[in-house]
Amino acid sequence: MQHDDIAKKYPRLMENVLLILHELQKNNPQNYLAGKDLIWAADYLNVTYSQIYGLATYYTLFSLKPRGRHIIRVCRSPVCQMIGAGRIFEQIKRILNVNFGETTSDGLFTLESTECIGQCDRAPCLSVDDSIYGGVRPSGIEDILKIYKKNNEEHKP
Amino acid sequence: MIAECRIATKNVGLINPESIDDYLASGGYEALKKALQQTPEEAVFAIAKSGLRGRGGAGFSSGMKIKFTGEATCQLLECMRFIVCNADEGEPGTFKDRIIMEGNPHLYIEGMIIAAYAVSAEKGYIYIRGEYTKSIEMTRLALVQARARGFLGSDILQSGYSLDIELRIGAGSYLCGEELTLLESLEGKRGYPRIKPPYPAEKGLFGLPTLINNVETLAHIPAIITHGVDWYTRLGSKESPGTKIFTLSGDVALPGYVEVEMGVTLRELIDQFGGGVSGGEKFKAALLGGAAGTFVPESYLDVRMDYDTLKAKDAVLGSGAVIVMAEDKSILDVLNSILRFFQHESCGKCVPCRVGTQQLLILLEQINAARRDKEKAFAEMLRQSEIMAKTSLCPLGQSPLLAVKSALTHFSHELYSEMR
Repeated sequence: MQHDDIAKKYPRLMENVLLILHELQKNNPQNYLAGKDLIWAADYLNVTYSQIYGLATYYTLFSLKPRGRHIIRVCRSPVCQMIGAGRIFEQIKRILNVNFGETTSDGLFTLESTECIGQCDRAPCLSVDDSIYGGVRPSGIEDILKIYKKNNEEHKP
Repeated sequence: MIAECRIATKNVGLINPESIDDYLASGGYEALKKALQQTPEEAVFAIAKSGLRGRGGAGFSSGMKIKFTGEATCQLLECMRFIVCNADEGEPGTFKDRIIMEGNPHLYIEGMIIAAYAVSAEKGYIYIRGEYTKSIEMTRLALVQARARGFLGSDILQSGYSLDIELRIGAGSYLCGEELTLLESLEGKRGYPRIKPPYPAEKGLFGLPTLINNVETLAHIPAIITHGVDWYTRLGSKESPGTKIFTLSGDVALPGYVEVEMGVTLRELIDQFGGGVSGGEKFKAALLGGAAGTFVPESYLDVRMDYDTLKAKDAVLGSGAVIVMAEDKSILDVLNSILRFFQHESCGKCVPCRVGTQQLLILLEQINAARRDKEKAFAEMLRQSEIMAKTSLCPLGQSPLLAVKSALTHFSHELYSEMR
């Protein structure tokens, strides 16, 4: 979606700012808010750039850094932590060879941590983009990642 | 043996959440029809008399909230009022609102329309956290369906009353679950808390009177209207009538949610519904109410779980989260995880919370590294969290005290002796 389409969808009101930023981020192939997007949003909503920058940095779902095609978020809140989120982290870090907030060299995955995503009955849990995986075991991570690697192969021209 | 009693989770898992026809066939929107035949005052009276208390965590009387909002007048626009549904569920260990939104979204939307009618609100907002993609999807669809059938929009069911509800998506801030912070976020600002008073009932969204309620609270309203106040007050305990969804997680054999009458005991919850402590281990502690909650030891297993009984025993019911810990789990580890959570989620607006959450973590780190005398360090943690509780702007800065104090009261022996 281009900027014009977003403008058509959301009236020029500051109360729509989070929806607009979500939309901008979703439409960026690198899953982040680029500088030109922030400038456009500030201009469209008639507020200062710093106001938009302040919002984008406050809310954790937004990123100002380019990210991978898929975003892995591992829950690190008390319940998941207690049940073994630490081991999940270590395993993913090892398989993908990245640290928190880093993107794999092929640009496919970015590893992030998240606070409670309300799946405590299926702890430990993680999400990849909009899909949620509960009751994850370190040995099962390879299988989850495979789904996305495979999808990516199929979409290659 | 106590039985499940489903009001807010009624028909969850039984009907198709994507079909308004299923909901109508199960008696849906009948309560709205009944409420619209009454005056708004009668609806306020029914909800106030039912004694319904906010299910978000604080347990404030919902009837009073509705009454205050209805009575508040604004000098600028005589009658403009808002209704907001707080669906920004972020408390660790809590997923009750998600169950309702994913399983039966029309139920809480119906409750929201009735509450809006009671305060004569003209516009409503539902604020769902961005991580809850399925809840967002279900709610969005339900709103479209309700609008198409005339339950939303102008002149609802030829009653002359008009209301529209819009959906807003959060972007990953725990603090936005606090009512005034949520309103700031709805206005398109950073999620910083406001100073109370004025409360939202007087000055809420865009400075106008606003009724703001949790998803679970709103989901109780249709049943109160349909079955009447007498039926509702017979459920639960005297001061906390009705039912509550408890979300069981941690070391239980069968984690999940259960809706039962208020006043159930922790033992009944864990043994009957949770299938006991997992692996047949011994119960050590439960964290009630999530991160902004309290640790309770074995001696609390038979305490009645309602707002006032727990409060009298220095514990909280909060959002209904029950995180069970078996004998092999360390209180210190969980405390560490809680404090790290608060340090991450502190918004930074007021100094006591911004610096305090950081300081508590540093103290805990020193304890872990055995660089300080444990008893003295814990006493210092308690002192600092007390200062935070007294001076912070919003409930976030007031919450670490709950965990620190309850851990020290009930598990000091373990905390002082634990070797690292």
